[in-house]
Amino acid sequence: MKRVGEVKSSNYLLAKFQDLVDWAVNSSRANSLWPMPFGTACCAIEFMATAASRYDFARFGMERQAFSPRQADVLICAGRLPFKLAPVIRRIYDQMPQPKWVISMGACASTGGVFDNYAMVQGIDTIVPVDVYVPGCPPRPEGLLYGILLLHKKIKGESLFDAVRRREEQPLDDKGLRLAPETIDEISEPFGNSVHQFRSS
Amino acid sequence: MARDGERIVYVARERLLDAMTWLKDTPGQEFNYLVDVTAVEFRDRERPIEVVYFLRSLERRADIRIKVELQPTEELAVDSVWSLWHGADWLEREVYDMFGITFRRHPDLRRILMWETYGEGYPLRKSFPLRGRFSRAEQVRQALNANPEAHYSMEELSIAEAAGDIPEDMRDRLRRGERGVIPEPPAP
Repeated sequence: MKRVGEVKSSNYLLAKFQDLVDWAVNSSRANSLWPMPFGTACCAIEFMATAASRYDFARFGMERQAFSPRQADVLICAGRLPFKLAPVIRRIYDQMPQPKWVISMGACASTGGVFDNYAMVQGIDTIVPVDVYVPGCPPRPEGLLYGILLLHKKIKGESLFDAVRRREEQPLDDKGLRLAPETIDEISEPFGNSVHQFRSS
Repeated sequence: MARDGERIVYVARERLLDAMTWLKDTPGQEFNYLVDVTAVEFRDRERPIEVVYFLRSLERRADIRIKVELQPTEELAVDSVWSLWHGADWLEREVYDMFGITFRRHPDLRRILMWETYGEGYPLRKSFPLRGRFSRAEQVRQALNANPEAHYSMEELSIAEAAGDIPEDMRDRLRRGERGVIPEPPAP
């Protein structure tokens, strides 16, 4: 007598095994995220408050802040990023071992914020891939903690066995860009109540 | 007199260094502290660009402002006051970076805030668009292809303390601002 499900039993076991491996790997990764703080502005003050005893993100396994990119898992860009620092943050990102994640903390890191001018990168996602955007100017520590927990949730949804959900490095192309130039222009366009201005003026 | 009660003196461009030397060295003046150097370009394009020097006498507790008017039609250049106040070094570099005003006989006149290969012009000029001349994609491309170490001269990096020991020709080369070549260590 053939039992129901026997045909798929090997696949079923494999899937269960894969789930188990993913669970173990992802839990380990999510619960020991070592941050690499890249603090350039007032967001870094809130970041320090998040790290200090009142909010204490060590509760979520971020015990050790790695001021060395080679020992870090998540790059937290806290503050505005001028074009002069763009190659620096890209090099830091390239030096981090995989798997690596990026949190863009605050309005300036995410979109350029109020600094819609000649010197400022309009969102660090034109430089490095970003996993979690934390809005605010600057975000309160609760906001950053919420972003970190969202990143935990995202990490726990990843899979080693699924090409779509697996994390891959995003290298720069031959022009030295991460995104196509049209994409960068599109996402760097002014929005909201930004001053209307023509480039040719 | 300015509205805040400070004294403003307009000086002709050719006489700037003489006037500054007089202000610094004459007893009774003794303006021995250069507070700031900056420049002003007015919205009215007809008005000249002003280079403003803020001087202070620490002993007399007196302030004075010196202004030099530069017509936009002629060459934007004044004499450097570095020989009087060495603190003018970076201040004049910043004015050069932001306004494109050349300071003659400055020891090391190059950009200080923007990177040295910055090609969009002088950002604080009225003719400069707020978001820069290039598209955002081009700005990102140039920024990512920049070499972060190239922003600093070798003097500012590792060999600053050894500047007296390096050969004369190398020192000249560094002074001229040629960068990007790390000198070979001498043979033992």
